[in-house]
Amino acid sequence: MTAIGKKLTAAIVGPGNIGTDLLYKLLRSDVVEPRWMIGVDASSEGLRLAADKGLEVSHEGVDWLLKQDELPDLLFEATSAYVHREYAPRYAEAGIRAVDLTPAAVGPAVIPPVNGLAHLDALNVNMITCGGQATIPMVNAVSRVTPVPYAEIVASVSSASAGPGTRANIDEFTRTTSAGVETIGGAEKGKAIIILNPAEPPMIMRDTIFCAVDPDADTDAIAESVHRMEKAVQEYVPGYRLLQEPQFDGPSDFTRGMRRVSIFVEVEGAGDFLPPYAGNLDIMTAAAAQVGENIARSILGAH
Amino acid sequence: MTDINALTRTWSGTHGDEPFGRLDLRLTDTCLRDGSHHKRHQFTGQEVEDIVRALDESGVPVIEVTHGDGLGGSSFNYGFSRTPEQELIKIAAETAKRAKIAFLMLPGLGTKDDIRAAQDNGGQICRVATHCTEADVSIQHFGLARELGLETVGFLMMSHTQSPEILAKQARIMVDAGCQCVYVVDSAGALIMEQTADRVAAVVAEIGSQADVGFHGHENLGLGVSNTVIAARAGATQIDGSVRRFGAGAGNTPLEAFVGVCDKLGWTTGVDFLKIVDASEDVIKPAMPEECQLDRMTLMMGYAGVYSSFLKHAGNAAERFGVSGAQILLEAGKRKLIGGQEDQLIDIALQLKAAQDAPVGV
Repeated sequence: MTAIGKKLTAAIVGPGNIGTDLLYKLLRSDVVEPRWMIGVDASSEGLRLAADKGLEVSHEGVDWLLKQDELPDLLFEATSAYVHREYAPRYAEAGIRAVDLTPAAVGPAVIPPVNGLAHLDALNVNMITCGGQATIPMVNAVSRVTPVPYAEIVASVSSASAGPGTRANIDEFTRTTSAGVETIGGAEKGKAIIILNPAEPPMIMRDTIFCAVDPDADTDAIAESVHRMEKAVQEYVPGYRLLQEPQFDGPSDFTRGMRRVSIFVEVEGAGDFLPPYAGNLDIMTAAAAQVGENIARSILGAH
Repeated sequence: MTDINALTRTWSGTHGDEPFGRLDLRLTDTCLRDGSHHKRHQFTGQEVEDIVRALDESGVPVIEVTHGDGLGGSSFNYGFSRTPEQELIKIAAETAKRAKIAFLMLPGLGTKDDIRAAQDNGGQICRVATHCTEADVSIQHFGLARELGLETVGFLMMSHTQSPEILAKQARIMVDAGCQCVYVVDSAGALIMEQTADRVAAVVAEIGSQADVGFHGHENLGLGVSNTVIAARAGATQIDGSVRRFGAGAGNTPLEAFVGVCDKLGWTTGVDFLKIVDASEDVIKPAMPEECQLDRMTLMMGYAGVYSSFLKHAGNAAERFGVSGAQILLEAGKRKLIGGQEDQLIDIALQLKAAQDAPVGV
């Protein structure tokens, strides 16, 4: 049982789009209390917002945080893969549990509806990427029914929602997402593609998931599993929805002799920090908040 | 008396040893990359070898070889390559005696590892393409390419969607990242004459002598050669085309026609007009599944401002779901889809089908 009113303290590092959106979600949490927001730029809007919400803020980076007398129980990294790779060992040394929202992939990957309760005791867990959070559940929905020798995901997000971290890390996005399609999605081989679309008004995040399956695979069972997964993701991202029924094509030369399953989803965000079109931020921060809360419950419950 | 045909800028040719002498314009043939779309990515090694040999002997200084969507493009979304592109790059590099082999990569699809592999296989020019408002995703790739000693080119795709001023700013980002030539890319074949000139001129004004400026045209409104001539007059010194238009949509600027035009205007390209015309008939034509045509579908792309490589995918979706391909393309234009979003064409087709199947009057 969780002690009533007891919460784990948390720091958010990186007051950009992702960090600030995450702040709104953690402020609603019963088991995690966001207490610090850390950046490197004194003029950051995210830091100002966090200060307004009563957090202790600093623009002197993680070095400042690690010098404080009281350290956070949990740390959410929302900077960049490079920064996280550099600092991860120091968090671990200080005994701080890290939830990594960059594609650094230092710790094991977590996708809530697939392996949300795994790695609760790991010092560092990785949230893969926004595109991974939106698509890997669907790869898993197919692979839990029938073997998937190859899966490919296409994530289209609005330019406005892709911050400098995502842009500077675009190779890491494709690499980390493809790896997640394999390790968590359950595909033998994975591929990831990301598109930044500047259309105005901004487009809502859209994702397409292609899976190769055996020509004799049970398409009804696959479709049923896909719908079940949609509901599981909706529990923490209500704006996650299938745009079409799963489509089955082939086999033909263009599908390399396999049957192709195509799944089309749209992710509308909760509109916490950025407007609802930025479903890519929402699914990332909602998933990270879930994982942080799962860790908190496991620690608090053990007391 | 000033020559009305004199170019304000000519190719500086400072990118290493050039076996072609002084050129006013440096041409790149892209039928083995842009034509990959028209070919549905089914090039064989033999076809690549034959085409590279013919273009090389005609004097074409740069030949681009890659999957149509760039390195890593072989996929469900864009179509699987019949022959791995790295193998094709290697064959091309081994075949060309004088021409440099270029390859294309799109950040978000290809990665730095693909660039390294392409260089190992003999690729010498790394062309990095982004949508024309998203140049900053290319910074890490230009950095790597220069570090590896590759010549670099940047592609600002779908240039018709943005003003000259915005394109110039995006070109600046690429040049600062290490790009040596920024192309204004008319991916939809939607630019019309002065619109091309204004964009090229704005990029030239922004980057001055720090980098070259290029132009890549499509024929969807029948303006490939005209746009390219006016781009050269506005200061573009590197020019793309595909022999026999062998490219996406209605195809690219027909390179052999442009060579002929340059001869007439007194612009040196180093390409032998008669030889490239022979290559077009004897080598390129047999490798084409069909001629690139200005028809209902391709006209719609120029008219609606749609990314040229959507053509075959829209056709497939139209056939699969029994809806109009032209309607799919128009809707793609309305949704402001950009290069790479081929998956959304299936969604559009399904929506059109649902509307078509809906009972009337309900």
